[in-house]
Amino acid sequence: MTNAWISGTIIALLAGAVGFFVVLRGSAFAAHAIPNGAFAGAAGANLVGINPLFGLVVFALGAAFGISSMSRRTRSDVATALALVMMLALGAAFLATSSAYEPAVNALLFGEILGVSSSEILPVVVLAVVCALGLTLLYRPLLFSSIASELAVAKGVNVRLIDTLFLVVVALSSALAVPVVGALLTFSLMIGPPAAARIVTSSAHRALALSVVFSLLTLWAAVASSYWTDLPIGFFVGTMSAAIYLAARAWMRLDSRRSRRALA
Amino acid sequence: MVGIDLLEVVDVDVALSGRMVLRDVNFRIDHGEFTGLIGSNGAGKTTLLRVLLGLQDVVRGRVLVHGEPMTRSNSSVGYVPQKVLFESDVPVRVRDFVALGIDGNRYGLARRSRHTYELVDEMLESVEAAAFANRRISSLSGGEQQRVLIAHALVSKPELLLLDEPLANLDPGSAQEIIQLLHSVVTNQHVAILLSAHEMNPLLPVMDRVVYVANGRVASGTTEEVVQPEVLSALYGHHVDVLRVHGRVLVVAGGDERGDSLVADHPAVVLE
Amino acid sequence: MVRWILEPGLFSNGTVRTALLLGALVSVVSGVVGIFTVLRGQSFAGHALTDVATAGGSGAALASLSPLLGFIGGGVIGAGAMDAIGVQRVKDRDVATGVVLGAATGLSALFLYLITLQTSTTGSTQSILFGSIFTVGPSTLPDVALLSVVVLVGVMVIRRPLLMGSISPELAAARGVRLRMVGIAFMVMLAAAVGLSAIAIGSILSTALLIGPPASALKVVSRLSHAVVLASVLGVMATWLGIVFAYDSYYWFGSGRGLPVSFFVVADVLVEFVAVNLVARRRRLRVVEEPATTAMPEQVGWI
Repeated sequence: MTNAWISGTIIALLAGAVGFFVVLRGSAFAAHAIPNGAFAGAAGANLVGINPLFGLVVFALGAAFGISSMSRRTRSDVATALALVMMLALGAAFLATSSAYEPAVNALLFGEILGVSSSEILPVVVLAVVCALGLTLLYRPLLFSSIASELAVAKGVNVRLIDTLFLVVVALSSALAVPVVGALLTFSLMIGPPAAARIVTSSAHRALALSVVFSLLTLWAAVASSYWTDLPIGFFVGTMSAAIYLAARAWMRLDSRRSRRALA
Repeated sequence: MVGIDLLEVVDVDVALSGRMVLRDVNFRIDHGEFTGLIGSNGAGKTTLLRVLLGLQDVVRGRVLVHGEPMTRSNSSVGYVPQKVLFESDVPVRVRDFVALGIDGNRYGLARRSRHTYELVDEMLESVEAAAFANRRISSLSGGEQQRVLIAHALVSKPELLLLDEPLANLDPGSAQEIIQLLHSVVTNQHVAILLSAHEMNPLLPVMDRVVYVANGRVASGTTEEVVQPEVLSALYGHHVDVLRVHGRVLVVAGGDERGDSLVADHPAVVLE
Repeated sequence: MVRWILEPGLFSNGTVRTALLLGALVSVVSGVVGIFTVLRGQSFAGHALTDVATAGGSGAALASLSPLLGFIGGGVIGAGAMDAIGVQRVKDRDVATGVVLGAATGLSALFLYLITLQTSTTGSTQSILFGSIFTVGPSTLPDVALLSVVVLVGVMVIRRPLLMGSISPELAAARGVRLRMVGIAFMVMLAAAVGLSAIAIGSILSTALLIGPPASALKVVSRLSHAVVLASVLGVMATWLGIVFAYDSYYWFGSGRGLPVSFFVVADVLVEFVAVNLVARRRRLRVVEEPATTAMPEQVGWI
């Protein structure tokens, strides 16, 4: 359980920050596709009997590079869809040829609060620090190219490079999150809380901070609920992420109605 | 030997997806000049601006800034696109967006100095946008956004400002305000301006020179030199009339072939 | 040689025949609907609706309702939810799709978990999630065929306003096209189409056939009708080849365990995509230099 709290907290901190940019850039589809690459990697690692974290990282990176290189030839949503089905098909093929134990597959897809053992905490921390450093380094050009890419290009920002590096950060953070939150639900932590944060505040710094806070709250609540009810954590992460977004929207609508009434 | 111009375009040819869109483009812009880049929609104005920004490769020719070949991200050239489509609740305030004009291409998290914010506020003041400095960039009207984009471009202290159809989405009143604003930028901050537009009349009072694009070719000079029937007819490749009515200029496809019927197609033009 | 490619007994096998028929049907529907999905940049929504439909399917399985109802009902409800959250701008659409997809996948996780508690059979998660073309019985065929026809007719009816709205929303609105209504109608048809293919061939293939062949077709063909036909042909080809390979693969390892159909079909779809891209690139290189032709000064007007 302690492992779950530690790794869960790291994952939530990272997902909140990465998610802020995922939503800003409209990369939800890529954020959904890349963890599926991680899933294929874990299944493959299981098949050949190597460290699953290795498979998670390599295949997530593969999905990220696949998306970014195919996006140069074709529409990025098409590229993402093709990378996604390729990864899922590979995962299905790996599962079919191995004799994977079904609960293990479900854990990989929908999360498992005991998904990280204490020996894996160290690599998780190292990778998380790498991601955090990457985001810090990229912060301004990433923000700039996300909101006005044409202007960023004119200003000399290498938008393509930024895009690829950002997908690498998404891939590494997905590889960390998949064993705990599940391949199919990692992305929802990167969408709901950040989307809620940006509705509530108009400043970039505050939205980023709030996104991290919302993501932490969501994940802690999900870990606790999953622990008490014994239901899969993915269920809680998925529905709570959506709920926090809807709550933020409702709150804003109430707020604007109240201020309109105050004006009148 | 004449002094080195701020911007010099020499014998430039441009092709887009295998099709030549601009040929033999030659013109120059000097410090503190207001130049209009005039041409109908689709004439290649945006392409030409992209060439000047180093975003579009040329087939032939050179673009020189201060006598040196133009490179992308040249800090002496600022750019204002026609319109930026911000999504609805992008969490970035006007001030922070303008500040990205200074440090948007810098890696790392170095804090912005007070000087940066003073500069930003000064720029917002000079484009009369200080009132909405703390609003979301996505909540601005067309005219407000145009001012903010201009501040964003000016904040890095360029010597040449390129504007792509800044008047296209504005009502006549706001367009006049933006023109006056740009005129004051030229006179007070001594920044040269190249502004593209499909209509030259609003610009006549402030324009020093004109670069006229038509038929994939370019003519440049003062307004009096360029907007002449002979020059424009040569550019278009068939006869064109230039009418001057109440201080306005009107270019009409005339004379041979379809000229007369064209005027008849547009009685409003004749009536005005 | 033929015996080597087509293992004996391929076509006399009832399951395979059903699979070939179903696969062709679904490929055509996906090709037609997919052309518009790709044109409108709604690949994410198309994929997400598959997963939303799967959530509906697992819910139906849990409540012992008809799976077809679950898949299609789930998809349609998901499409409605996306529209309610807001799909006016491209990036907003992204968030709306992501939020609905996240919630639906969460529900899938719950339903599938409860199903595994209820029944002690193994493999139900994977068969619902990934699906397999070989698991569908011939009894579903008439239902799938009927719904396919409904979707195809629906798309035919709205194709002109849909195309116009996809290419230029402003022009379409000026011509009196009710963009929002057309958009919702298309989302409902998309939901039905992917629900249909998710139940028949599984959710992986549903997305692969919805996006792959149409994206390939749009690379080389410029007329809508040609693109629709080419996408359908490419889709059917990929599906049939995939089924043949998957059937054969049972004999490859000698262990009686084959590779999944989805793997082969996706591989075929990707090979087609790469091949078509090569053709398109070679064609582009051959384009000769044409002179510009903007001869007239905007007819007459103020300049």
